[in-house]
Amino acid sequence: MNVLEVNNVSYRYHDKMVLQDVTFTVQKGELFGILGPNGSGKTTLLKLLSKELSLQTGMIFLNGKPLVSFSQKELARLVAVLPQSVDTTFGYTVKETVELGRYAHQGSLFPKWTEGDEQAVIKAIEQVELLDKMEEGIDQLSGGERQRAYLARALAQEPDILLLDEPTNHMDIAQQMKLLDRLSKWTKEKRLTVIAIFHDMNLASLYCDRILFLKQGSVIGVSEPNDMIEESTLRNVFGAPVRRQAHPVVPNPIVTFLPEMELPEREKELRDRLTIEKSHERIVVTTSQPFKVLSSSLVGAGFQWATHFVNRHVSKDYRCDDAEEEMKQYLRSHTLDVKRTIGMMTAVCLEDAAYVYRKEETFSLFTIVTAGIGNAVDAAKAWERDESAKGVGTINIIVFIDGTLMDAAYVQAMMTATEAKTKALYDERILDPKTNTMATGTSTDCIAIAASQMNTVFDYAGTITPLGKAIGRSVYEATREALRRYQQRRGDDQ
Amino acid sequence: MLKRFIQKSFNNAAIYAVTVVVVIVSLLLGISIGSLSIPFSTIIDIFLYQWFGTPLNSDIPTNLVQIVMEIRLPRVVLAFLVGASLALAGAAFQGLLKNALADPYTLGVSSGASVGAVIVLFFGIQLPFVGTFTLPIVSILFGLCTLFLVLLFTRAVERKMSVETIILAGIMFGAFFSALISLMIALTGEELRQIITWLMGSVAMRGWNYTMMTLPFFLIGSLLLLWNSRELNAFAFGEATAAHIGVDVMRRKLVILTGASLLTGSAVAVSGTIGFVGLVIPHMIRLVCGPNHRLLLPLSLLYGGAFLVLADLAARTIISPRELPIGVITSLIGAPLFAVLFFKRMKRKT
Repeated sequence: MNVLEVNNVSYRYHDKMVLQDVTFTVQKGELFGILGPNGSGKTTLLKLLSKELSLQTGMIFLNGKPLVSFSQKELARLVAVLPQSVDTTFGYTVKETVELGRYAHQGSLFPKWTEGDEQAVIKAIEQVELLDKMEEGIDQLSGGERQRAYLARALAQEPDILLLDEPTNHMDIAQQMKLLDRLSKWTKEKRLTVIAIFHDMNLASLYCDRILFLKQGSVIGVSEPNDMIEESTLRNVFGAPVRRQAHPVVPNPIVTFLPEMELPEREKELRDRLTIEKSHERIVVTTSQPFKVLSSSLVGAGFQWATHFVNRHVSKDYRCDDAEEEMKQYLRSHTLDVKRTIGMMTAVCLEDAAYVYRKEETFSLFTIVTAGIGNAVDAAKAWERDESAKGVGTINIIVFIDGTLMDAAYVQAMMTATEAKTKALYDERILDPKTNTMATGTSTDCIAIAASQMNTVFDYAGTITPLGKAIGRSVYEATREALRRYQQRRGDDQ
Repeated sequence: MLKRFIQKSFNNAAIYAVTVVVVIVSLLLGISIGSLSIPFSTIIDIFLYQWFGTPLNSDIPTNLVQIVMEIRLPRVVLAFLVGASLALAGAAFQGLLKNALADPYTLGVSSGASVGAVIVLFFGIQLPFVGTFTLPIVSILFGLCTLFLVLLFTRAVERKMSVETIILAGIMFGAFFSALISLMIALTGEELRQIITWLMGSVAMRGWNYTMMTLPFFLIGSLLLLWNSRELNAFAFGEATAAHIGVDVMRRKLVILTGASLLTGSAVAVSGTIGFVGLVIPHMIRLVCGPNHRLLLPLSLLYGGAFLVLADLAARTIISPRELPIGVITSLIGAPLFAVLFFKRMKRKT
């Protein structure tokens, strides 16, 4: 059922159109967000809904009845408002403030304070967790507590609809989350309808059932966050460059902002941005600027920004219950910032590492591969093998790219590199010793794709793209070279 | 919960008990002290004799009964009504305008009402149908008009109607009306001395006529304001908030301004301009009992009355046998307090 229906509402302030032909409906129990840049008419719209401003053109219906037909008191029993700021008043206690919320429920001529009124007030104060501050002066509360007290006053009105103008304005992040968690819960449990102006797109995306975008008084769109939080829409509405991402837990998108930064490293060759220290114990690549990395490494897996890339040599019989923690300790003991480091392990001799540098027209590429085939495996037959012992990674690939990679490009770069590695194994005729079929890799391989996120932008890195071609070629060549050296050393040893 | 409720009610009951005692004692003091000192017991005897017909103690001379009933009592009652009116009106103005510096005097309402009163007194105007009530009615209308002029002017100057602008406009209109009165006095010449005493405020020698003249307006005005104490609380959080919780802002505002103007106008009509009562009393009560109008309004009424009875007592005893205008006493106390309030307010802003 539509609790609220806004039909073709326009509003003119002096000779400026503040709202133009705004039409939307809100359903019962919805958490409905209104977003838009400053001056887009959000507050005007909210003031029209609360009857603080009177309608000029268009119609607003509340529970099917025209808004104008409600008296101020009838309206207050249905709609409560939590404005952006309330005049600070000295001396009133929290309880006295919340008691005002019962005004609309009392008679005009002989107002009587009933037990029901008292209970509604206490319940409202309880809901915002201010019971312990009930007798304190409203002016003595912190900004967030005061906002909560005003919220309690709105709740004491026992409304069907709650209108909020940037409710989280004076709150720290924990309080914001708590308030929105509560509101969200009430919309579900009590079928309360919440219509709120949001400033923070991410909060709106996480909590709103639907979002309305306003730009210069016109509705740009009304839909679920998933449809509304689009890069192109946001750029259109806010004129700010943002990038959409997936939230780690909630199936709604979040956006991140793209600041305009001076990047002095931009001009430098990729090679000059990397410092490589080689020893028999580890290879450490230090970058002069953080690289965004997608990796399957022991430390720093997933997406991560990193300045250090460590390929550590461990003995063949390295066993550890918590290899990750041990690796972190190792990194710390060598004064490497764990949060900025990609850490891999290998049992092969680091002197056999292969390094391939490629400079293409619009980008450059640097690949490091260490390879051993002790655990060579045919992925297609792996299910036939029964052992589950976890050894140390034997083919470690790190690809540095000077370029800006989109998420898809990262994933495709991973695929391309993996395919090239497999082809290298094939061409070196490496067999899975258990199944005697061609090996596709080893059981604990590791790949890291590191991009500088500056200069040329790459949407994709499949084998048809220049970047994909360069990755495929570099990884193939480096892997073969590393394998040959590995086998040569093994031959020498025997 | 229940305990707190009882505690709160008990506190209120205790506050009212103290207040009633203060009011009664100040009334008795007002009647008792004067050129002829009358003990409390005698006064009570006289009251019992007058109202309940108990036999009068034989040592009480009948002229004392005359003095108490016809001179002292009406004067004290009038002082009480005037003080109660001004303090209650002040509290209402302050609440509605969210302005601790507002009172009938600083808003110019008193001066406006005075113009009305002076016109009636000196041109001997009598409106049809209302008879002796012409004086308070004209005063009230002039006061109300002044109030709207001040508010409209302030709004024209500055939409958000800041505290300072309202007071400035009030003082400006007040000065203009005072000048008008001076002009009228200069033109009429004759009864100059009397009008000046009246202007500075006095409740002397008014008799029961004047008391009865203000009483209906006092009752209506007080009821209107006391009936709107919840709305005044809502207005304290701003008009927008008041509207959000369901207050019919325009109507209630009009009712409150009318009520306060009724009180101010009728008080001015019978006693001239007595400044700052409406500022001092509500401020003191707010300091002790908080800003809740449900308590503030009735207490302002009662303490305002008691305060003016005592101020009148001081006015007629300090340089006895001569009398000071009562407005001198209230301004001596009120103006410095106004300065302190203003100072604090401006400090808080910076």
